[in-house]
Amino acid sequence: MEAKKANDYKFDISHLNLHYGDFHALKDVNMKIEANKITAFIGPSGCGKSTFLKTLNRMNDLVENCKIDGNVLLDGKDIFKEMDEITLRHRVGMVFQQPNPFPKSVYDNVAYGPRIAGIKKKSQLDEIVERSLRQAAIWDELKDRLNKSALGLSGGQQQRLCIARTLAVEPEVILMDEPTSALDPISTSKIEDLAMELKKDYTIVMVTHNMQQAVRVSDNTAFFLLGEVIEYNDTEKLFSIPEDKRTEDYITGRFG
Amino acid sequence: MYCVFRENSEQQYISLIKGENMKKQNMFTKEYAWRGLMTAGGLLVIAITICIGAFLIYKGSGTFTIFGHSIFEFLGSTDWNPEDNAQGGGTVGALIFIVGSLCTCGLALLIATPFAVGSAIFMIEIAPKFGEKFYRPIVEIFAGIPSVVYGWVGLTVLIPAIKKVFHLQVGHSVLAAGIVLALMIFPTISNVAADSIHSVPKDYRMAAYGLGSTRWQSIYKVVIPAAGSGILSGIILGLARAFGEALAVAMVIGQTTALPKGLFSTTKSLTTEIAAQMGNATEGGEMKTALWTMALLLFLLSLLFILLIHYFSRPKKDKE
Amino acid sequence: MNRVQRARGINQIMTGVFYLIAVFFFTLLIGFASYVIIKGFTGATPEMFAFARKGSIGNQLFNTIYLVFISLLFSIPLGVTAGIYLAMYAKKGFLTKFLRICIETLSSLPSIVVGLFGYLVFLVFFGLGKSLLAGALSVSILAIPVITTTTEDAINGLPGHYLQASLGLGATRWQSIYHVLIPACIPRIMTGVILAAGRGFGEAAALLYTTGSGTDLRWNNWNLTSPPTCPLNIFRPAETLSLQIWGGLQINGQDPNLANLSAAILMILVLLFSIGEMH
Repeated sequence: MEAKKANDYKFDISHLNLHYGDFHALKDVNMKIEANKITAFIGPSGCGKSTFLKTLNRMNDLVENCKIDGNVLLDGKDIFKEMDEITLRHRVGMVFQQPNPFPKSVYDNVAYGPRIAGIKKKSQLDEIVERSLRQAAIWDELKDRLNKSALGLSGGQQQRLCIARTLAVEPEVILMDEPTSALDPISTSKIEDLAMELKKDYTIVMVTHNMQQAVRVSDNTAFFLLGEVIEYNDTEKLFSIPEDKRTEDYITGRFG
Repeated sequence: MYCVFRENSEQQYISLIKGENMKKQNMFTKEYAWRGLMTAGGLLVIAITICIGAFLIYKGSGTFTIFGHSIFEFLGSTDWNPEDNAQGGGTVGALIFIVGSLCTCGLALLIATPFAVGSAIFMIEIAPKFGEKFYRPIVEIFAGIPSVVYGWVGLTVLIPAIKKVFHLQVGHSVLAAGIVLALMIFPTISNVAADSIHSVPKDYRMAAYGLGSTRWQSIYKVVIPAAGSGILSGIILGLARAFGEALAVAMVIGQTTALPKGLFSTTKSLTTEIAAQMGNATEGGEMKTALWTMALLLFLLSLLFILLIHYFSRPKKDKE
Repeated sequence: MNRVQRARGINQIMTGVFYLIAVFFFTLLIGFASYVIIKGFTGATPEMFAFARKGSIGNQLFNTIYLVFISLLFSIPLGVTAGIYLAMYAKKGFLTKFLRICIETLSSLPSIVVGLFGYLVFLVFFGLGKSLLAGALSVSILAIPVITTTTEDAINGLPGHYLQASLGLGATRWQSIYHVLIPACIPRIMTGVILAAGRGFGEAAALLYTTGSGTDLRWNNWNLTSPPTCPLNIFRPAETLSLQIWGGLQINGQDPNLANLSAAILMILVLLFSIGEMH
């Protein structure tokens, strides 16, 4: 395994601006995201945190009228100029707000990523599926129903399956877009434990609606408001001694 | 525990990356190839349609360019006597067929529309459970019954019946054609109307009931006006289907080259004349060319129907 | 009070009217179907079920199914690709708009016009001669819009997150289409195919000038190179059931019972396919 230095930065974003048509959705965002840490984005709905997250693996490319300028460097390489979006998405995986398994079996869901990357050998796929499901802490629950449809699983299981599916692609970064907002408290805590476990091997960036969640799991937190990053700091610091008045207002529940 | 797995796979991953560049190029070539193929499919459909239009224009315009007849003669005269050879010199007034088509289709619409809209209201508003489970599937099946079967039953059942009831020499008539067509387009209108009634928001009905309306009042005053454009589209679709129907009409219309004088007279329509004469006519003759012109007219009419549907179902501007 | 009572009265009358309409058509349609089927079979003689040159329906039944099969070989690939193009690749613009208009035009074309076009292109232009292939190609023109629209609707009807999830895993657009979207909407595409097939079975006007009448099959001749009598040969004339009904009128002296039976068989085919479509 490649040794990772402390304070090693995975993403280096500078002067990022994003427009949807006439709407200025992200305003001059500058941020460095630490490797092997969990970075949380918080802020009221519509503040641009999800949009920013999706920029990191270029899912915004799918949106019409979306114009992006500025630099996003992944390990020093510009994701817009020096990389194609497919390679980028292999390296930067994503877990969505709603669990979104394919209408296929559990096994086929997890094997999907490796398969499209060209792995055909059954033994190799078997191993990847098992490893990914174990990493996502769902192997014991699902090992007997690998060939059953994934749509029959509970919401929490589906979401962990989706995480396993992302892990199977062997990404370096996992983006999570409010991964627990559709889940019950027990499933939520399972996903949170999982995220903390996974940060040993992955860099995790998570959008969350829930400030307690950010406090519980994240190392760094960024507070977004109206498309701007108001404050970005160590989670503990941001929540205990916020530097900006607006951050303080938000985390104390004065608006949001 | 999974660290073991992870290290193991790291090696795989590296081996994957090594082969990656070649594979990547391959992947993008594939991507473009497939996109090209799908686009080609779309373009081919366009090409077929243009081809049909172009061939019909090319063939159908001969009446006016080669044989020198005027459009007014074709559309406005009842004098139908084209020569079956390339010299021409006959007459090509197609008014009889146009009137025949209009009469039979108009009659079919008159008969079918009230019933079709009524049955659509029944299956959505009055008895939605029974409607969804039994009635609608049956109506849908009847949209799929071949037109020759309708024609055949019309010929063997309806015509003798008309003859008997109205004491006629022949049962073949505009009335028979209208009834057969009405039965054929009934499911089309009914289905489209049902869809558009179904898509009227529930709130409208709730609002109407809340103001003390009876069910009929809410249907008549709120639901039908709200579903109006959809119902109209259904009627036009039905009309288009009736206009294009050939064989079922040919079986019951009596095939006489004369303007219809009433419900019980025999006549011909555009489609029935094409169906009956095309096979006998000489290639390149005036007769065949005139028949092509009639086919062109049918093509233009179906375009017109599409435009009408677009016009009626366009998004309303006053909504905002 | 009076007005309310009147409104109630009208409401009851209209409800009755709607029930009457429904009952009327329900019985009419069921009666129609049973009449056609019962009449077809009561007038039938055992010889009619044979595969003979004259006076039976066996060959026509075979031709009908074979013709629809061949036509689907053309219309499914083309219809599905065009549907995928519309749902996944088409950008908003003139070309897409035009393609939609083309599909609508094709779907509302009178089938006799399509038949004439087929006659002109396949017979006059390519010199095919009246043949099963020419008929199948004409029928496939009628089937393309049905299959294209159902494919497009099926893909658009899928939850949007399938595509997102797949792209998020680093799949290309085509990989997502091929591995996720198409498998997920195959049932609905099949519905469109069945619908198109059902229409193909009953098509007559489009075949009138393309497939010809008469069908002389030798069921022991499986040599594709001996043109007219090998059943699988697609360059031979092929009368279908619907043409047999139509032809019964043209040829004096043909037994109407034969046409009745053809109609009954067609009706059964349509019913089977409609039931298949609903499941």
